[in-house]
Amino acid sequence: MIKDQEFLKSKASYCLDLAKKLGATDASVTIGNSISETVNFRNKVLDESNRSDSLAMGIETYIGKRKSSISSSNLLDENLKVLIEKCFETTKITPEDEFNSLPDKELLATNIKDLDLYDQSHIENDKKIDYLKELEEAASFDKKIINTESSFTEDKSNFIFANSDGFCNGYKTSSFSASCVTVAKDDVSMERDYEFTNKRHLSDIADPLKLGKIAADQTLKKLSPKKIGSNKISVIFDKRISKNLLSSFASAISSSSIARGTSFLKDKMDQKIFSNSINIVDKPDLKKAMGSKCFDSEGVKTDSLNLVTSGILNNYLIDTYNGKKLKLKSNGRCGGSTNLFFENGKISYEDLLKSHSKILYVTETIGHGTNLVTGDYSVGATGFLVEDGELKYPVNEITIAGNFNEMFKNITLANDLEFKYSVNSPTMMIDGMTVAGK
Amino acid sequence: MCNFFNKSDLTRKDVDEIVSDTLKNCDDGELYFENSKSESIVLDDNKIKSSNYTSDLGFGFRAISNEVVAYSHSNEISKDSLKNSAKSLQSTLKSIKGTYNHEIPKTNNKFYDAINPIEQKTLDSKLEVLNKVNDYLRKKDSTVKQVTASFSGEQKSIEIIRSGGESLTDVRPLIRFNVSVMLEKNGRKETGVYGIGGRQSYDDYLNNDNWKNVCEEALRIASINLDSKPAPAGEMKVVLGPGWPAILIHEAIGHGLEGDFNRKKTSAFHNLMGQKVASEGVTIVDDGTIDKRRGSLTIDDEGTPTERTVLIENGILKNFMQDRLNARLMNTRSTGSGRRESYKHIVLPRMRNTMMLSGKNTQDEMIKSVDKGIFAVSFGGGQVDITSGKFVFNCTEAYEINNGKIGSPIKGATLIGDGPSILKEVSMVGNDMMMDPGIGTCGKAGQGVPVGVAQPSILIDKMTVGGTKL
Repeated sequence: MIKDQEFLKSKASYCLDLAKKLGATDASVTIGNSISETVNFRNKVLDESNRSDSLAMGIETYIGKRKSSISSSNLLDENLKVLIEKCFETTKITPEDEFNSLPDKELLATNIKDLDLYDQSHIENDKKIDYLKELEEAASFDKKIINTESSFTEDKSNFIFANSDGFCNGYKTSSFSASCVTVAKDDVSMERDYEFTNKRHLSDIADPLKLGKIAADQTLKKLSPKKIGSNKISVIFDKRISKNLLSSFASAISSSSIARGTSFLKDKMDQKIFSNSINIVDKPDLKKAMGSKCFDSEGVKTDSLNLVTSGILNNYLIDTYNGKKLKLKSNGRCGGSTNLFFENGKISYEDLLKSHSKILYVTETIGHGTNLVTGDYSVGATGFLVEDGELKYPVNEITIAGNFNEMFKNITLANDLEFKYSVNSPTMMIDGMTVAGK
Repeated sequence: MCNFFNKSDLTRKDVDEIVSDTLKNCDDGELYFENSKSESIVLDDNKIKSSNYTSDLGFGFRAISNEVVAYSHSNEISKDSLKNSAKSLQSTLKSIKGTYNHEIPKTNNKFYDAINPIEQKTLDSKLEVLNKVNDYLRKKDSTVKQVTASFSGEQKSIEIIRSGGESLTDVRPLIRFNVSVMLEKNGRKETGVYGIGGRQSYDDYLNNDNWKNVCEEALRIASINLDSKPAPAGEMKVVLGPGWPAILIHEAIGHGLEGDFNRKKTSAFHNLMGQKVASEGVTIVDDGTIDKRRGSLTIDDEGTPTERTVLIENGILKNFMQDRLNARLMNTRSTGSGRRESYKHIVLPRMRNTMMLSGKNTQDEMIKSVDKGIFAVSFGGGQVDITSGKFVFNCTEAYEINNGKIGSPIKGATLIGDGPSILKEVSMVGNDMMMDPGIGTCGKAGQGVPVGVAQPSILIDKMTVGGTKL
């Protein structure tokens, strides 16, 4: 059973009291527990079961403007005492930093909404196995599918965040996720693809038959790929990739990148960085959503933010420390964005595919070719060549490259947004990217 | 030696009994204890930004029968907790019977000392070096706009308890020192990053001016990038410098030769054993036995001594890298490649220090032979799709080559190739093999483990360069 709120609170106050007693002027502490149970299947038989039970604590102690932190998985009072003493001793000799402080008291969250993030249902491993059997059966309809792997995880977490200004809050969350990876083979190539579902509530997860079928269909479509020639071309990013560009944007407007001056979006506040039609929202209070939060990792309230309106940058993602550096107030984004998304575009998915006579449709990228200092982007890609709205043939062993400054101004979005991840985007087209191939 | 349960209600006798009882009808398995202590001290934006210390203690209990792995881990060390884990394993494997193999080879030299690098030096002395790094770089060059420097140190003690009470232990130090510098000139910003590390004490960095070399290298890379032009796009010849660019070998070949992907036949290499997969003259080994290297291990995380495993010999595929599970199912022996990130993770076959050995050519010969291509000296990181064999890596320092001469520096670009065929495109192997500086972390199935790479300069006849200039 997952540790209850009372246990976590008692540990948190033990830590805060001890830090205060030692002489810390301020302190904050997080105590968390999570239990996760996974079953893995391969080629329709049980492959692995995995149970994990993790306790964790992290404390920051302040002496005036000096700060240091310690974390541990051992929550025995005796061990906590040794560690907090060590943390306090380290704090004493750590240099002062004028921007170190707890959040302003008036910014702390007071109204903790119930966002329906916890489902107490428990699914036994035998039931997970039944689900995975159905899923892999559905994924094996074609003899070109030579390997299926699938997985089901139930995850339950509980945490408390407390600080010496009296904030003490936390809540339970749950997630249920299933995934399917299939490998297909023909005379020319061997390919892999996947599909998954991840929900806060057990009753919301995808139908196993559908999941398996989608994974297999996506894999079979990739067989016998070709390499295309190097050229400038319009690129469509499938939803599972377009969200990554939004994540890069979020990193580039984090107050730490801005304060350090290491972002290509530094000094772009109130300027147009996207085309007119683009709106970006970060909304923390969506019910049951994967990125929902009642407060950030410093206890600061999180309001909905319109980060970009009609292409214009309105807000950074700000935490207390970097906010003070930038002379801005925290907007509750210590730890990053919550449910971040592009609002829908006006064009349908089908019309987007037909918008040019030749389009590269990207379903997967590999590599870490994103440079947030310069905005340069260059990654390996896999996908399809689309001609007149039809997928013609699979493509791989190519790269796509551009620079975010120009790419952002050339984005067209479809109207097919859904909330599958914590960062979500409709299907996205960017004109004028460079493909390197043959 | 670390006693992992002296503060709990467990005795060694209890532990041995629970382990032997749980594993009696299994093919393999063990109880793994781990106690890790780590620190991270970061200077950023002219200030000590964070100093963090982490202490983690936990166990992972594994039982294997046939192909099925049951795993349970917890950081609550008690009789109840261990018994709960045992129960969870038994319920998974209730209907599958195996025969436990008690044999395990036991000899190996120690490749590092059982030190705790964190405690060997005071925090003050580490802070002092980080401040010196910051001052040095900012004074040295007025275009320096940002400096980040960090120390991270770790001591990980492990004990593996197998059925029958056999116990194997290891104490593993690991340190890393990293410098990142951002320059700004005429409105253009570029970064340079360099680091060093290994299984040793901080002494090497703190006692002499070794840290200055790291600063110089980061600064040099950033300065070169300030003058870089857009990279070309398309297929061309590529000369790779020695050392760290060997992450090409790691991505293109290494992952595809890990036992699990080959047992499952999902690796592009699974049916190529004994066949020619590389040009003549190409020999690649994975070596866990090099003194104090980042990827070295005295024993792996299943207790098997590590070794130098020949993967490709003179172009011919000779061996896969194996842990105990995949070795048993493929009728071979473990190569001491069973690794896990921590007690929270299952064992997988992984690389250690992956190296292409020296050949006969000089780097000069390679450059001179290229009409149009690029010379790649340093990389950020890479990734591979095991199944299709396609892999990428990102240049952080590269130049164009025109008519046999090194030309202008080019912007960072991704290079993409095909693992099973890329080594057949290697037409020259240099005589200048070099180890990387000790900074690599390999990710697989969500687990990061420290690794090393090495190679000489090599000439690849055809690779796709993902720049923007057509």
